[in-house]
Amino acid sequence: MSIDIIRTGAELELAARVVELVRRAAGPSAEAEVMVQHDAEALTRFANSMIHQNVADAVTTVRLRLHLDGRTASGATTVVDADGLRGLVERTLAAVRLSPPDATWPGLTPPTPLHRSAGYHGSGERSGLDFGFDEATARATPAERASRVRDFVRAAEGLETAGYCRTTYSSAAFANSAGQSVEGRTAEAAMDGIARVNGADGVARLASGRLGDLDGSVLGARAAAKARAAESPVELPPGRYEVVLEPEAVADLLDNFSVFGFNGKAYGQKQSFAEIDADQFDPSVTLVDEPLGSRDEPAPGLPFDDEGTPRESLVLVREGVTKAVTHDRRSAAEVGAVSTGHASPASRTWGPYPTHVRLEAAPAATEPALPPADYSGPTAESARPLVARMRRGLLITDFWYTRVLDQKTLVITGLTRNGVWLVEDGEVTAAVSNMRFTQSYPQALGPGMVMGIGSESVLLPDRWSGTRYAAPALHLASWNLTGNASG
Amino acid sequence: MSHFDEAYSAVQAALDAGARYADCRIMVRRTESMTALDGEVEELGSGESAGLGVRALVGSSWGFYAVPDLSDSAARAAGRRAAQIAQASATVPGPPIDLVPTGAGEASWASACEVDPLGVSLSAKGDLLVGATAAAKEAGADLAEGIYQIWDTHKWFVSSDGHRIDQHIRECGAGVTASVHGDGEIQRRSWPSHRGQYGTSGWELVDSLDLIGNAPRMAEEARALLTAPLCPTGETTLVLGGEQLALQIHESVGHAIELDRILGWEAAFAGTSWLDLEKLGSLRYGSELMNITIDPGIPGALGSFGYDDEGTPATKRDAVRDGIWVGVLAGRDSAAVAGLDYAGSVRSDGWARLPMVRMTNVGLEPGPHTLDEIIANTDDGVFMDINRSWSIDDRRLNFQFGCEIGYEIKNGKLGRMLRNPTYTGIGPKFWQSMDMLSSETVAWGTPNCGKGQPGQVGHTGHPAAPARFTNVRVGVRG
Repeated sequence: MSIDIIRTGAELELAARVVELVRRAAGPSAEAEVMVQHDAEALTRFANSMIHQNVADAVTTVRLRLHLDGRTASGATTVVDADGLRGLVERTLAAVRLSPPDATWPGLTPPTPLHRSAGYHGSGERSGLDFGFDEATARATPAERASRVRDFVRAAEGLETAGYCRTTYSSAAFANSAGQSVEGRTAEAAMDGIARVNGADGVARLASGRLGDLDGSVLGARAAAKARAAESPVELPPGRYEVVLEPEAVADLLDNFSVFGFNGKAYGQKQSFAEIDADQFDPSVTLVDEPLGSRDEPAPGLPFDDEGTPRESLVLVREGVTKAVTHDRRSAAEVGAVSTGHASPASRTWGPYPTHVRLEAAPAATEPALPPADYSGPTAESARPLVARMRRGLLITDFWYTRVLDQKTLVITGLTRNGVWLVEDGEVTAAVSNMRFTQSYPQALGPGMVMGIGSESVLLPDRWSGTRYAAPALHLASWNLTGNASG
Repeated sequence: MSHFDEAYSAVQAALDAGARYADCRIMVRRTESMTALDGEVEELGSGESAGLGVRALVGSSWGFYAVPDLSDSAARAAGRRAAQIAQASATVPGPPIDLVPTGAGEASWASACEVDPLGVSLSAKGDLLVGATAAAKEAGADLAEGIYQIWDTHKWFVSSDGHRIDQHIRECGAGVTASVHGDGEIQRRSWPSHRGQYGTSGWELVDSLDLIGNAPRMAEEARALLTAPLCPTGETTLVLGGEQLALQIHESVGHAIELDRILGWEAAFAGTSWLDLEKLGSLRYGSELMNITIDPGIPGALGSFGYDDEGTPATKRDAVRDGIWVGVLAGRDSAAVAGLDYAGSVRSDGWARLPMVRMTNVGLEPGPHTLDEIIANTDDGVFMDINRSWSIDDRRLNFQFGCEIGYEIKNGKLGRMLRNPTYTGIGPKFWQSMDMLSSETVAWGTPNCGKGQPGQVGHTGHPAAPARFTNVRVGVRG
């Protein structure tokens, strides 16, 4: 089955039409910005080694923000016929007239060309239609996703399996009454699955701009190997342990740093740990937000944000020194900065934060890599050199249900998941049952605390919001485990 | 305006394409929300969403497809596509699937609503949030935030089993939070709860909260927390306020009794459950004071409805009776797999998402005491309330919660305020230690329950009252 979802120009035409509707209804003084986004998502989900949920949807959403007579309001609709668009404009106009004065309105994005992708060079001045976009992924069929699930299940060789294979496609356009007009498309594929045996779980997880990069057999074999190695765990007492975190666990650090640390609104409100130009991390740590992709990766996100600001790479931390936080136009104006292209529908309320962060791998080898085909044992290949250097500590695959205890210091509590092992003199000596931790994330990566970084970054999908992170393994001097299976 | 005809077309198209069962949900939803910051409106937004989702069962395999187009032709195409997706699912098939009967046919239901939330003027709603945040700011908050949210949903449900049900559900809620900055830390107090109180209710719920009247106290308490002693570390007697206990129920009981988790259907993401179906009816979950019900019929509670998204009428059931686990949250297929004869807890968060097992109103029946009596009968312990952070493992056993505020309890009286109170434990051990329970029940609403892939945000309700627990580990710190 081929789904006819590839559209050209439809979103830009729709955005321009709404801008014109606003001009007719409110006159030329109205400042309007319109984001039209067509999202097609398909997700084939499996559990108990069978496909139990298999879904697809295609939705076009029109978001309008309007500033009139010093007041601001927003509206959105999925009803995109003439009545729906007219209703959107009328509702938003009614809201803006009743809104209080908006003293901090930052104005509209002026006409600005898109930046070129670091990895792809097809982006034009105004159109991102060749912006690292893999059409085969956008057109992926249920059968293609199901075949990867079948391969995952088979590769687990009888272990119980669960997870998903997902493809997404977005085609979006932005137009405002100041003349900014841009469009772009993106596609992504991801696979995330576990294998289970006797209460032990192992995981394999990978994202890519190309469905063709995802091999269910490789991922299923990896998950199964980890599950088998995680059987018969011992319980360790709580305490501070040296740890090697595999990329899946490191992605959780990147997610929390992004949402609570490099968030421009939290920074402006002094709720973030971030201090620009301060030595807050170990000198081995460099963090970059890369919404346009890099090193031949298809662009993971759209080339502009919800205010029409072009996106580009942004160094958040360079060699341990915090260099930037992310902004939309309003948070930027409030601290005397410029927008970094991180406006989203929720950024006014929750703040603008980076969604495509990469922790730079060790310099020896920085190419992104797929899990090796000959994977066996509990340790990811990129983590093996780090494990070999650990005298006594824990190898941790994944984190789960992490929540902030204190936002300023970013103290997080959560649990390990999908495999923990005791390492002694560089060798895995025992599987360990899951443990709870309570740890300040910036402190864990602070100066002198990073003992090693893996040599390959793995692209990982976020488990909830559609963002993604590129993470190598990390060797840390101390991690505060505060509980075990007994409590 | 009815959309039964389009829903019927979608179902018929799925059947014509080979489905042996199909259903279609059409939803039209209007939303509105406002946030205020430090006495000014920060964001005002409204939304309209309309579409249909079709579910088709071919052999033992499901398929689901959704589109934002309510035309008859789009409905038919969606029905066919759902059946095609189900056929692809058969690449990795499972055992035969049955559906337990629902007993419902044609019906109509609307939630109770005295004051239409969308009918209240924006200026009045703005004045409320501006007034509450300004009051908190004037009382010393470094940051005063207010929020309200409104959802107004019309649903039409048709199935090949003969359902033809429409519902109109109105939900809303609001809250205010005061934050203060200390030396390297932030303290926060919220009224009436973290993110506010929500219900399947009209604006009368928000009017009852008295945000403006309570906002100054939030700022004062947040400021006082900065200099309060830290919550002590160790094992002690813990008294929880009702708001915190509501989230404790949500996380360590509500999710644990979801049948899809018990059956392993959520193993890779949300997780499984420590509960074993073979022990349904005999496993001791908690003390004899613990009586948990599943009741989607509580007027005003956020998890209320007339019919779930499979057409099962709202029915009250026991989940835990006298401390023994006796019931689950189930759907038509999961119940059949488990050999149970009831469903009724399946919902989707919108037309574009697959209905799945969700909490309705999962709550604790009232106990024989009052909070004053509980404190008066506690020689040494800690009182905590208003959730600040929450974390629990993928089997719903090992939890750790942080609260906004705590107080020491000495010789039957509340003592000093305590900052950064946290507690941790293992679900059944914790619930079995509950030895006093208040009768002062409130149906707290949780509007942000995440589950599923693609992710869905569920609205759930949790009747809860203050309660006492013994030998609980408190004061866990990083």
